Amino acid sequence: MPEIKVTPLGAGQDVGRSCILVSIGGKNVMLDCGMHMGYNDDRRFPDFSYITQNGRLTDFLDCVIISHFHLDHCGALPYFSEMVGYDGPIYMTHPTKAICPILLEDYRKITVDKKGETNFFTSQMIKDCMKKVVAVHLHQTVQVDDELEIKAYYAGHVLGAAMFQIKVGSESAVYTGDYNMTPDRHLGAAWIDKCRPDLLITESTYATTIRDSKRCRERDFLKKVHETVERGGKVLIPVFALGRAQELCILLETFWERMNLKAPIYFSTGLTEKANHYYKLFITWTNQKIRKTFVQRNMFEFKHIKAFDRAFADNPGPMVVFATPGMLHAGQSLQIFRKWAGNEKNMVIMPGYCVQGTVGHKILSGQRKLEMEGRQILEVKMQVEYMSFSAHADAKGIMQLVRQAEPDNVLLVHGEAKKMEFLKQKIEQEFHVNCYMPANGETVTLLTHPNIPVGISLGLLKREMALGLLPDAKRPKLMHGTLIMKDNNFRLVSSEQALKELGLAEHQLRFTCRVHIHDTRKEQETVLRVYSHLKSVLKAHSVQHLPDGSVMVESILIQATAHSEDPGTKVLLVSWTYQDEELGSYLTSLLKKGLPQAPS
Amino acid sequence: MAAHLKKRVYEEFTKVVQQQHEEIATKKLRLTKPSKSAALHIDLCKATSPADALQYLLQFARKPVEAESVEGVVRILLEHYYKENDASVRLKIASLLGLLSKTAGFSPDCIMDDAINTLQNEKSHQVLAQLLDTLLAIGTKLPENPAVQARLIDVACKHLTDTSHGVRNKCLQLLGNLGSLEKNVAKDAEGQTTKDVQKIIGDYFVDQDPRVRTAAIKAMLQLHERGLKLHQTIYNQACKLLSDDYEQVRSAAVQLIWVLSQLYPESIVPIPSSNEEIRLVDDAFGKICHMVSDGSWVVRVQAAKLLGSMGQVSSHFLEQTLDKKLMSDLRRKRTAHERAKELYSSGEFSSGRKWGDDAPKEEIDTGAVNLIESGACGAFVHGLEDEMYEVRIAAVEALCMLAQSSPSFAEKCLDFLVDMFNDEIEEVRLQSIHTMRKISNNITLREDQLDTVLAVLEDSSRDIREALHELLCYTNVSTKEGIHLALVELLKNLAKYPTDRESIWKCLKFLGGRHPTLVLPLVPDLLSTHPFFDTAEPDMDDPAYIAVLVLIFNAAETCPTMPALFSDHTFRHYAYLRDSLSHLVPALRLPGRKLLSSPVSPSITPHEDPSQQFLQQSLERVYNLQHLDPQGTQELLQFTIRDLQRLGELQSDLAGVADFSATYLQCQLLLIKALQEKLWNMAAPLYLKQSDMASAAARQIMEETYKMEFMYSGVESRQVVIIHHMRLQAKALQLIVTARTTRGCFITELPHLQDSFVDKLLDLMPRLMTSKPSEVVKILQATLRQSTFLHLPLPEQIHRASATIIEPAGESDNPLRFTSGLVVALDVDATLEHVQDPQSIVKVQVLYPDGQAQIIHPKPSDFRNPGPGRHRLITQVYLSHGAWTEPCQIEVRLLLAYDSSTRISRPACLDSAEALPLVENSIEGTIPFSKPVKVYIMPKPARR
Repeated sequence: MPEIKVTPLGAGQDVGRSCILVSIGGKNVMLDCGMHMGYNDDRRFPDFSYITQNGRLTDFLDCVIISHFHLDHCGALPYFSEMVGYDGPIYMTHPTKAICPILLEDYRKITVDKKGETNFFTSQMIKDCMKKVVAVHLHQTVQVDDELEIKAYYAGHVLGAAMFQIKVGSESAVYTGDYNMTPDRHLGAAWIDKCRPDLLITESTYATTIRDSKRCRERDFLKKVHETVERGGKVLIPVFALGRAQELCILLETFWERMNLKAPIYFSTGLTEKANHYYKLFITWTNQKIRKTFVQRNMFEFKHIKAFDRAFADNPGPMVVFATPGMLHAGQSLQIFRKWAGNEKNMVIMPGYCVQGTVGHKILSGQRKLEMEGRQILEVKMQVEYMSFSAHADAKGIMQLVRQAEPDNVLLVHGEAKKMEFLKQKIEQEFHVNCYMPANGETVTLLTHPNIPVGISLGLLKREMALGLLPDAKRPKLMHGTLIMKDNNFRLVSSEQALKELGLAEHQLRFTCRVHIHDTRKEQETVLRVYSHLKSVLKAHSVQHLPDGSVMVESILIQATAHSEDPGTKVLLVSWTYQDEELGSYLTSLLKKGLPQAPS
Repeated sequence: MAAHLKKRVYEEFTKVVQQQHEEIATKKLRLTKPSKSAALHIDLCKATSPADALQYLLQFARKPVEAESVEGVVRILLEHYYKENDASVRLKIASLLGLLSKTAGFSPDCIMDDAINTLQNEKSHQVLAQLLDTLLAIGTKLPENPAVQARLIDVACKHLTDTSHGVRNKCLQLLGNLGSLEKNVAKDAEGQTTKDVQKIIGDYFVDQDPRVRTAAIKAMLQLHERGLKLHQTIYNQACKLLSDDYEQVRSAAVQLIWVLSQLYPESIVPIPSSNEEIRLVDDAFGKICHMVSDGSWVVRVQAAKLLGSMGQVSSHFLEQTLDKKLMSDLRRKRTAHERAKELYSSGEFSSGRKWGDDAPKEEIDTGAVNLIESGACGAFVHGLEDEMYEVRIAAVEALCMLAQSSPSFAEKCLDFLVDMFNDEIEEVRLQSIHTMRKISNNITLREDQLDTVLAVLEDSSRDIREALHELLCYTNVSTKEGIHLALVELLKNLAKYPTDRESIWKCLKFLGGRHPTLVLPLVPDLLSTHPFFDTAEPDMDDPAYIAVLVLIFNAAETCPTMPALFSDHTFRHYAYLRDSLSHLVPALRLPGRKLLSSPVSPSITPHEDPSQQFLQQSLERVYNLQHLDPQGTQELLQFTIRDLQRLGELQSDLAGVADFSATYLQCQLLLIKALQEKLWNMAAPLYLKQSDMASAAARQIMEETYKMEFMYSGVESRQVVIIHHMRLQAKALQLIVTARTTRGCFITELPHLQDSFVDKLLDLMPRLMTSKPSEVVKILQATLRQSTFLHLPLPEQIHRASATIIEPAGESDNPLRFTSGLVVALDVDATLEHVQDPQSIVKVQVLYPDGQAQIIHPKPSDFRNPGPGRHRLITQVYLSHGAWTEPCQIEVRLLLAYDSSTRISRPACLDSAEALPLVENSIEGTIPFSKPVKVYIMPKPARR
């Protein structure tokens, strides 16, 4: 039985370190290759030794697909391809390919230069890794090899985020990566056609959340920022350099312009300019508004937002600072946070999800005293606000996607187990499809019922269609022909052609059956009785009485002989060819019931 | 078209000409117009290849054929049709047949049999489809003939089984357009069961081809449009089509469901998967709501639009559409709203605003929470958040329509509408502001909502700000803080955009009038009065201060305790404003304050507007002064004109009337002056100098009369007649002047000059006819001098058309540089007041320094209509010129084009002997009605 096997190496009942292995139709595909923010040891990368203990990964994997450039989806890529060793193709969209190396380089810098780790991938490795990447366009079907093909759909979330359909023969799976079903200030909404995959692997970060309308959130956010700034406080917004950051920048930029505010907005340097550059370039990936107005003004050319310098953090007066990384686990955002945490006028706005173990998660869950490195205790007096700006689909969005795609099975990843449980229930209940939520390392096996395409010649099709009544689209139709399985494909041809093609002589296959009838009369009379009986029953068929004393029904021959032992019993010999099986068997059963009493 | 046809009839092709054709070389053929059948025949016979024949047919199709020769042409075409082997030529012939059968005045029943016959042997599907199309054209031409229809329906049914989707499409179209409307059950007597068209079409809802499915639904809709009542059984079929794979099918299905929901709103349909039942309209509403989150935006727009017109839906279904979070099974008619709220507060779903509020606290009955199927849930929330602004606009419109019919829904949708004020696309913002205004009598704004609304006042788009002012005029505010907030924001707006002054004052007038009790506690604060100290008197010319006063005075109108809080200078300011801005400041009953020497003396009833009175009085004074000595008359006229003009400046309400009267008096004055000339009877050579003045006066009067006639809206026919009278007098004057200055040849010139005028005069006045031309002049002169001053009755509402060019501002010192010979686009933004039908009469004029003038007709789409009587022109004017050495200014102004024939044609009742209906040869002209704006431009020589 054909089956699809799925094993999450990361992101199984967990957020971060997305990495899912899928075996479909004999092909092995790895979906995403991320790192985990919460860990600094070996656990930060997926356990690739699961795939193979020794030997190159290339032999085991047909391709790797990266859904978008967030580090929890691509952070382990250089490690995987260069240090563990993989030479096969890596697929990602064009914007992802452009932005991904910037983020990887940044990640490397923080880990190696700041924390002083060794045995980490190098810049060269990132470059080498990116050389293996094949960029794809939206809705472009890419043939990985003869059988495996992939196709990208728009996913919203961040610039260049895509959902991927993986297809082998008629079996298919869709991996969503992270996606967003509601458009935001700079990106559109995820969209997929009714592709009816066998399996839909969807993220479920917000499995139990149904968010308020986007506009409410935006308004709240602006209001909080505005109030703090008017009070003279400083606002820290920890973000990941790309994605939400751009949305919030656009939001604040337009707001500043509208309200004519003067307080400076800063964005931590380095990454931003490069990244914004790409946002300006990939206009086609953004939302309707930006696409329509970029001729007049590219929205990503900010007027009010300036580059941040470390020294600015101590400047007096209000300011708004976007700083990386987004979960306050390291880097500049953490430094600024330490500086500003003591003043109750200041505010930190967490615009997205925080993984357990990060400072962000701690302060959001209400901790006011934090233990920093070196046994320092940091008291948090500043206001802590949470604004769900992370562009993941909420419960309703997930359901909407499932409805759009109409899969046979759903598999949840990238979420917390408890929340998944709820969503799983909902999906099973409302769509009546199986839903799975494997933990890391746990394998799910699904049976599929793939359609097997069979070629049929038009002539035969028309001939067979002409036999029946009107063609009815929704009803299955019986066809006669010979199925030839040859060279890994199936064809339905007429039997004559099949014989010709295969160079076989035609064999006649006849069934013969004896039916005993109790009849004392002569054979001829019996035959006559049979004849008249059949004539009366089978009105639609031609029934003939041949001069040699036999009856022909179409091409079925019926002869009567006297029983050798019992003269009172006549034996009817019914003989038909294989092609007439249907009629023949009907006839025998008819005769077996006996003849009607002849009128004497 | 008619003229064209006529021409063709004259050019009637004779046999002889036909012969010539054959002799002439083929290349000449194209130049002539062989539209007749014979010519076509010859062409087609000559065609050696299908491509040639096709060319001829294309050529032929370009020209119309007159009705009487259609049949002949059709015969020829059919003849060729049977002979033709090439499918593409047959296709063209078939399409031509359809085209020809549509010819006006031709009855196509004679060619129907032939057309049906052609169907029999046709093999090509495309040609078949085209032939069916032709039959459709024939069928629609003969709507009264049931036999033909029945026949065509039979043909359609026969071809429905065709394998090509195109043919099936056309058959369904035919059925939809021609299917008989009556129930055919009675006709069974004939032996054959006549077909139920609906059933046949319904069968094709499940066709394998999506195009055919769409066509089937469309045919069904067509039947509905033609007045056939669709069966309710179709509803279930249509519902299945909602989950079709193809967007066009879904889009059409949504329409069909909507139609059915309007036909059978009260029918009861069962809910699948439960044994309960609901009204059909509710079910349909739920289903259409569901489509608002469809994958295709075309369907989403369609669904969102249709939602607006489903007024019959139950209120709890309606309210669900705004409810995204609360998903319980409202379908099963429990008191689900409270239940749902409980669910929400129990914390199953987090709002995303607070961290950690989404931790599942307890396991709840998951059966009660339905994430998708409860269709209506949050439909509008989704619609308003949609990616495509088309969907958002449709959703806002639908919200508006539904809210207008249901006040409780209006209250609920307020939050969402307010949120839409911050949409990123201006059109959406504007639409939602308008929507809010339309429903604003049902609602009261909370403070936080007001906050959001007011934030939009800073928008840089004038349209938006004005719409918002309009909205604020009609809004109810609940607290005094709200009023204060609104005032502060409006003042901020005023400071930022001083051009909004009028609109803001007007807005504050209504705001004050609506909320007197809320304004009352704010008064000391707003006037910054102090219990002990006198504060400085504010500057009376400050628009912001005027704005505050407008608010307070309007509130004080219904709040008698308020004036007690005013300080002395406030009363003085009141008196001033009451005079200068009487349309904004109402009359107040001020408690016995003696010190104000206010014009609001108790004798004058508050209804009587003093300025109105003043106007009336001064006009009456003029009209009474008929027989005074000319000098006195002139002086009085001059003073009155001055007064009226001043009044027009001060009182924008009365500006129209005042200006109108002033212009009229001005004309009168000019006429009197011209006639007063002492040297009237002098000999011609000496007369020249004076004639200058008289003819100038005549010219000016003419100009002014055109202005009076076309620049004012609300002018009635009585006034028009008087204006014409005035113009006639001017013409007479002109005539006399001409006659006197060009004595010698005047008599010979007379017939050429002013022909219509003189002819009419001669026709109608026998005395004039008999006399010599010089006599005519004399008589005219005498009549003119005797003619009295006609009393101009003032129309009720008269407004002068005016225009203000906002952009270009004309202040820029930087010349607009462009390469000579190329074009530069200049953005023009102007507001037009009281212009009727501006699309056709408003033009933009550009005057170049070399005297060259250019008139540009703006596109109709460049005009917007933000309010009654107001228009806004936003257009681009293309400038171009040869190279200049220096930058120089060009003038841009707006013109009002007029066409006198439009006014003349209407029946005018005449009360003056001289004002006979003069049919002018529709004098067209333009009146400049805006101040010219100078734009600095610099065409640079092109670089080589």
